[in-house]
Amino acid sequence: MATTQQFCTFFLEDQFFGVPVQQVQEVIRYQEMTRVPLVPPVIRGLINLRGQIVMAIDLRRRLGMPDRPESELPMNVVVRTEDGAVSFLVDEIGDVLEADEQNFEHPPETLQGQARDLVHGVYKLADRLLMELDIAQATIAEEGNKGADLA
Amino acid sequence: MSDDAAIVKEFLVESYENLDRLDQDLVALEKDPGSRETLASIFRTIHTIKGTSGFLAFNQLEALTHAGESLLARLRDGLLPLSAEITTALLVMVDAVREMLRSIEASGKEGHRDDQSLIATLTRLLEPQSANRPTEPQPAEALAQPPAQSGGMSGTVAAEQDADDLHHPDEALSEKTPVKTPEAVDAAHVQQARGAGASDSTIRVDVGQLDRLMNRVGELVLLRNQIVQYTNSTEDSELLGTSQRLNLLTTELQEGVMKTRMQPIGNIWSKFPRTVRDVAVGCGKLVRIEMEGKETELDKTIIEAIKDPLTHLVRNAVDHGIEAPEVRRAAGKPPEGLLFLRAFHEGGQVNIEVTDDGAGLDYDKLRNKALQKALITADQAARMTEREITNLIFLPGFSTAEKVSNVSGRGVGMDVVRTNIEKIGGTVDVQSKPGQGSTVRMKIPLTLAIIPALIVTTAGDRYAIPQVSLLELVRLEGDQARKGLELVNGAPVYRLRGKLLPLVYLRQELKAEIPAGDVLEAQSVNIVVLRADDRPFGLIVDEINDTEEIVVKPLSKQLKSINTYAGATIMGDGKVALILDVLGLAQRASVVSEVRDRAVVEKDNKHALSLGGAHQRSAVLLFQHGEEGRMAIDLSVVARLEEFPRDSVEIAADKEVVQYRGQIMPLVRVSDVLESTQQNTLDKSQDSLQVVVYTHNGRSVGLVVDRILDIVEESFVVQRQSARQGVMGSAVIQKRVTDILDVPGLIAVAQCHETAVAAQV
Repeated sequence: MATTQQFCTFFLEDQFFGVPVQQVQEVIRYQEMTRVPLVPPVIRGLINLRGQIVMAIDLRRRLGMPDRPESELPMNVVVRTEDGAVSFLVDEIGDVLEADEQNFEHPPETLQGQARDLVHGVYKLADRLLMELDIAQATIAEEGNKGADLA
Repeated sequence: MSDDAAIVKEFLVESYENLDRLDQDLVALEKDPGSRETLASIFRTIHTIKGTSGFLAFNQLEALTHAGESLLARLRDGLLPLSAEITTALLVMVDAVREMLRSIEASGKEGHRDDQSLIATLTRLLEPQSANRPTEPQPAEALAQPPAQSGGMSGTVAAEQDADDLHHPDEALSEKTPVKTPEAVDAAHVQQARGAGASDSTIRVDVGQLDRLMNRVGELVLLRNQIVQYTNSTEDSELLGTSQRLNLLTTELQEGVMKTRMQPIGNIWSKFPRTVRDVAVGCGKLVRIEMEGKETELDKTIIEAIKDPLTHLVRNAVDHGIEAPEVRRAAGKPPEGLLFLRAFHEGGQVNIEVTDDGAGLDYDKLRNKALQKALITADQAARMTEREITNLIFLPGFSTAEKVSNVSGRGVGMDVVRTNIEKIGGTVDVQSKPGQGSTVRMKIPLTLAIIPALIVTTAGDRYAIPQVSLLELVRLEGDQARKGLELVNGAPVYRLRGKLLPLVYLRQELKAEIPAGDVLEAQSVNIVVLRADDRPFGLIVDEINDTEEIVVKPLSKQLKSINTYAGATIMGDGKVALILDVLGLAQRASVVSEVRDRAVVEKDNKHALSLGGAHQRSAVLLFQHGEEGRMAIDLSVVARLEEFPRDSVEIAADKEVVQYRGQIMPLVRVSDVLESTQQNTLDKSQDSLQVVVYTHNGRSVGLVVDRILDIVEESFVVQRQSARQGVMGSAVIQKRVTDILDVPGLIAVAQCHETAVAAQV
């Protein structure tokens, strides 16, 4: 019996990621952010989402990828977490896709670096691979520069 | 099912309220055992709980309250005198009832308890204790007994309101006993029976609901701010008018919603008479509690936040502050101590004071304790002022209680009180007079949700600083900006009215990258003078924008863990601004490190001169002495500088005096006293006298000097101790050797001199 799950998908560099659609509050275009000094650089700032203050995490930085060129504005994927809403900054938004549980596989051992903790698993789609992001892990803002400031 | 649950919930809420009143009533009753009104009120409360618990089939609860009710009926009817034993038993019963209610709240059941011994105690107390009881009430007792029983039975079958009615015959019967019920009590009773009427004008609202409402209103306020900002730039008068009305309405709505969250402080105070009684009985003291300003209102979240600190202060005052009756008597005070609670509004804040008329703080004991715990050094201890010693009690792990009682003295007290109060933006302060008692004063903001704040800009970002920590703003321009800031071994400071203010650059603290093209040597310097933990410091920001009412939004846990931010807010233009946590920032910048450092620094500043030799910056007044000589006076002893016309000098008792501010002020000519070899030629040729006014113990003395030169602030060392009386020593000030005057010494010399002269005459 095939069970399927819906994913909200997005791109980082040319990689294809997704998060379960039930956890996504909304997807919005680039918002102006307020920098938060002294926090790890993964946290890009705070966004005013209709009166709600939401922390924005740059997934590129979280995954240890190079920063996107300044001319390209990121999109916001706002997800619900236990500690309130958090926004993921991504390059581009993809479609909402349905993925079959049968096509799920745990990430290969060869997956290294920061992605190792963040990728929950891989769905083998017809034309490409979809990496499911571990939201709880992704919202931990400790990557990037670890000792950003502990003083 | 849900209906039942709702009824139980209502029963719980109502009963809790009733029990709180019961505590108060019982304590009041002990003070005034004859008050039938209080007794009637207590009786009704227990009766209601009993009736309802019977109705809801909480049998244990019913049995217990029934035993209590029977005892109360006797008391009310004057068949039993109230004794401390009875009061205690009744209070224990109230506690048991409360426990059961809690268990019902948690599990829906009364829980397995054994109240048999308590019920037995209550029943035993019912019996006349000795044969010397008057015989007269016997028949009445017999009469009173069965109806009380039937009252209990009725509770199980009848609804609550009926129980009250059924109760009437019981009361009517007892009224046949010699004791007369005043009409007033009866009227009050009727009113109570109709108590349900009160619910017509008030409703209970879930706090969560109010919180959500408050959040929405907060958002509305922000939206309003944005709209007002947009429309201000428009020509459309209709739109402008509409936005103005929106503005007004939003403000009213905000005030209205905030009001719904306000609660009188009496809500938490109402528990204190019981607390005080328990603590006082526990440590064998007599304490009376008085309150003023019960109706003072505070936001619910604040009420919650101050509940524990306040309770601690009250217990502390009874346990440590107020002395045992015999000690008080020996000190000539009434044996009963007074604990006074006072609350009032002042300047947008609420002041709460807890005053006791006890022994006050024992400074020597505090000092020794701090020494013993190695919180301060012996050197510091010797130099601390009373005020500084008082502040010691706020240090973690500090307790002067000789033995740890179960009430206080565990060393987790005052520092927690202070932390909790400061967490909500309040301040705590202690004043104490040995032998007369102490007062703890708290200043608390009215609400936490919306606070006034100063908006500043640094490195292109706006930050909000809560106004409660703000002392003043200083702006230095041009020359001042370049020269005003000085370094003490690399640490920037500013001289604010003669005192050194440590400076903190917000840019540096926030590690802000300096945007390209930004010139650091700005034309002006903006210093925001803030107070953290009673220690002032200056925060240098790029720009000071405005003050605004801001809506405080919490930050996610990850951001909260950095102590620099207290929250965030949304500005009029819709952008987010961070709220700075002043205390956290100060700690980060090491402005506030250890209390002991602070104490020492302040002392050193103050006494650099009098101690001599200490290498410190001090402000001195320079004046000319003779033709070549220069002398200096420590500026801190100078009250005023005056100039008197020569002919205003009069002679009284052979001394030169002038009329000054309605007083006769003696003049002392510095050059005469110092018997200077320098001829004071300048003096004679002048038409006026330059006088330095020195005030001591309310008396002023004018020091006549040749010519006032300057006021300078320099660091210097008093190098040569002088043998001359009235001169402290010499130092190099402004690259010239300058004698430093010892003013009190000089005046003493002058007086000797004069008496000597007078004796000769």
